[in-house]
Amino acid sequence: MVRAESKGWSPYLAGALTGVVIIASAWIAGNYFGASACFVRMAAFIEQIFSPEHVAGTVYFRWFGPTVDWQVMLVIGILIGSFISAKTDGSFRLKAVPDMWASRFGPSPVKRGIFAFAGGVILMFGARLAGGCPSGYGLGAMVQLAVSGLVVVICFFAGGIISAQIIYRGSKG
Amino acid sequence: MSTLINGLITGMLFGFLLQKGRVVRYDKQIGALRLMDMTIVKFFFSAILTGMVGIAVLHNLGIARPLILPANIGANIIGGLIFGIGWAIIGYCPGTSLGALGEGRIDAFWGIIGMIFGAALFAEVFPFMRNTVLTWGREGSITLHQFFGINEWVLIALFIAAGSGLFIFFEKKGL
Repeated sequence: MVRAESKGWSPYLAGALTGVVIIASAWIAGNYFGASACFVRMAAFIEQIFSPEHVAGTVYFRWFGPTVDWQVMLVIGILIGSFISAKTDGSFRLKAVPDMWASRFGPSPVKRGIFAFAGGVILMFGARLAGGCPSGYGLGAMVQLAVSGLVVVICFFAGGIISAQIIYRGSKG
Repeated sequence: MSTLINGLITGMLFGFLLQKGRVVRYDKQIGALRLMDMTIVKFFFSAILTGMVGIAVLHNLGIARPLILPANIGANIIGGLIFGIGWAIIGYCPGTSLGALGEGRIDAFWGIIGMIFGAALFAEVFPFMRNTVLTWGREGSITLHQFFGINEWVLIALFIAAGSGLFIFFEKKGL
């Protein structure tokens, strides 16, 4: 028997508390949220193993080199915090294929894995071109009323909504 | 060192709240993009509206310094739209992908590997982008109240009004 899953907290409450964490992090550490830059650092870290010369010669890695900073720790913390929350309220599930995906594309974990990988490549290329992701532009820039934050967040949703409508055209589940 | 510990604790709180709000999973992310389930939008805008008020106070009191990501309108729009295409395929974003892995979603792992590849790919083409797309519509580190020439509190009030209207609409429609 699988235990019925609890519904979690109201998204308004969890969101507002996240807003408090955003304020506290600006107050205490002077840092604003962001997540995508540390994927560049991770890429630099891996490339460093195979070709340190290439990393040294890549302009972009001079800004986002293979170092551990506040944001890298933030992203590691997200993994740990989510794990603690899921384990303590019984919502942790080992799952390789999301339900909605399976209803549209079938239960194959390999197929899902390939598309998750491809989606990840496209998404991160776009994020770095735009200069950040929903964390950086939404929770980091929009809270500071940045022009860039509003423009990018609108484009994230516009691109995402149009694409999802095409991908799930004719699907109800 | 204390900066790193601060980052870790902040991230743990963020990850805990993301999971409690049930916003890290594919079905919720794609549910929003299919305009069927607005859970992630409720979370996202509640965080932004709350953050806006507190951050404006901190900036005005000089407690925290602003750090405004520059507006490069061409790259912001093109990159944002490309992100959206990838987002609709993977169903996780960079921050929530780690949270999804934390609650046992194994497919998020392949997505994270893809994201690292995407970051490496961008690093290779960055010199080209810097001379082209990134030069289109450079406006610098500008805020909305500077751009429109209005008081920031008026703008925040407008955002709260718009956000509240959106929340009421979602609840009425059961989204």
